[in-house]
Amino acid sequence: MSVEKRVRFRSVWLPWVLIAPQMAIVLVFFFWPAGQALVQSLQVQDAFGTSVQFVGLENFRNLWNDETYLASFWTTAQFSVLVASIGIVIALLLATMADSIVRGALIYKTLLIVPYAVAPAVVGVLWLFMFAPSVGIVSHALRSVGFEWNHLLNSNHAMALIVAAAVWKQISYNFLFFLAGLQSIPRSLIEAAAIDGAGPWRRFWTIVFPLLSPTTFFLLVINVVYAFFDTFAIIDASTQGGPGKDTSILVYKLYYDGFKALDLGGSAAQSVVLMTIVIALTVVQFRYVEKRVQY
Amino acid sequence: MVERRPGLTLLAHVVLALGVAVVAFPLYVTLVASTQTAEQIAQQAPMSLLPGDNLLRTYRTALFGGETGFGSRIAPVAPMLWVSFVSAMVIAIGKIAISLLSAFAFVYFRFPGRGLCFWMVFITLMLPVEVRIGPTYEVVSDLGMLNTYAGLTVPLIASATATFLFRQFFLTVPDELVEAARIDGAGPMRFFRDVLVPLSATSIAALFVIQFIYGWNQYLWPLLVTTDESRYPIVMGIRRMISAGDAANEWNVIMATAVLAMVPPALVVLLMQKWFVKGLVDSEK
Repeated sequence: MSVEKRVRFRSVWLPWVLIAPQMAIVLVFFFWPAGQALVQSLQVQDAFGTSVQFVGLENFRNLWNDETYLASFWTTAQFSVLVASIGIVIALLLATMADSIVRGALIYKTLLIVPYAVAPAVVGVLWLFMFAPSVGIVSHALRSVGFEWNHLLNSNHAMALIVAAAVWKQISYNFLFFLAGLQSIPRSLIEAAAIDGAGPWRRFWTIVFPLLSPTTFFLLVINVVYAFFDTFAIIDASTQGGPGKDTSILVYKLYYDGFKALDLGGSAAQSVVLMTIVIALTVVQFRYVEKRVQY
Repeated sequence: MVERRPGLTLLAHVVLALGVAVVAFPLYVTLVASTQTAEQIAQQAPMSLLPGDNLLRTYRTALFGGETGFGSRIAPVAPMLWVSFVSAMVIAIGKIAISLLSAFAFVYFRFPGRGLCFWMVFITLMLPVEVRIGPTYEVVSDLGMLNTYAGLTVPLIASATATFLFRQFFLTVPDELVEAARIDGAGPMRFFRDVLVPLSATSIAALFVIQFIYGWNQYLWPLLVTTDESRYPIVMGIRRMISAGDAANEWNVIMATAVLAMVPPALVVLLMQKWFVKGLVDSEK
């Protein structure tokens, strides 16, 4: 596929008019605020917003020395590893099964894509309801087998709750991509292996899984991005970062420090750190996409 | 054809049925809870998994608001549904429109700064609203867009993904069509309207599903830019209902609100399933 058209229209002003709306929004709502965040991250403002002082990298140094920030980093790392790995394993299992059956696959598929449509905040509320210590149906079931569930007090329980909710929400996405990946594997390869006497288990690990590795890697990046940035609503609706700050991931902390604690310089520095993380993840994703094209 | 193993097929069905059961369970609990009364849910604990007989009353309270058994006021959800619907439509249609236009400019014209503009659109992928909430809030506030539909939608309308998708698609459109259009004396906008847009119908449908859901499910952004109850989308409204704490919450009304918040996007996904799957997989290429 060519990257350039041979045939073009000629006009000096028309292309500018065409891209104007997009560029206006991009400049006003993306680049300007991002630039502001960069500037503010190097400044300190007093509590009344009357004087602003340039402080260089002090905000970043403070972050680095702030134990709650480092703890939030660690929480985010645990959370995203759990969400990505559990989500990918379950989706791969379900997609492999859905790909192997002839009858009924469409029904399973239809039911499995519903969570995609559910808003993260609603997901948080649904899981909170099921696990609410006093009225929750699952927390009661757990208690009846002798397991005392209380995510309001126990931070492991709180983490488990948001991981489960986040994985549930993302199942549809992972499942659809694995299914598309599986369906693009040539049948002839699998048949050849079957004729050579390889059983289903062996076929999966020696042919299917390696051929799916680009999809798996892609989903790994996407799931980490999802866990980092798109789970704010799940957490705000279920644990609100608690107990204490034990489920307060970086985005949640940024929101809290910026809008509740009103620490402008500190939250701008947090913004800049997060931007660096997104940029790194996006670069990883796109370098890999280039490779996939050659592949 | 590979060998048939009835045992394996059975296993596949069992695994899938289990998977679907786990996925569907929260949805089922939500539906059932919305048919009971708040007292049933709070006092019976654990609640019954059979539908109750309070369906109409619960949904009436949720939609139009009212007093609860505990004497607290419940805000009506019907206006929030409207806010959500308008925002989701504006975001979806807006994203598609401005992405179609800019992809058309990027593919069919050569102008100074084209590379720079394209690169700037690409960079927006790396600046999700979550990482720049403070300064973006300030911009919207300075422009006087707090508590308006414009504030809820316009900042979210730029779309690198949609622009790339349309660009990729336009690149596959045969050049002969442009030449034919020229011979017939059609200008660029005529070509865009009568040839390019109709040809893009499938991509437009696919993107519509994805962007409608994106718009409907927004949470953090409305949380920042709306303080006026008449501008709350439903997704934000539901979060505000769970503040009473575990047992004191009006869980039946909350679950009815959850159902109301889920049904429109779920319908869009299910009714447009074919385009949705295609759009989801294509837009990441």
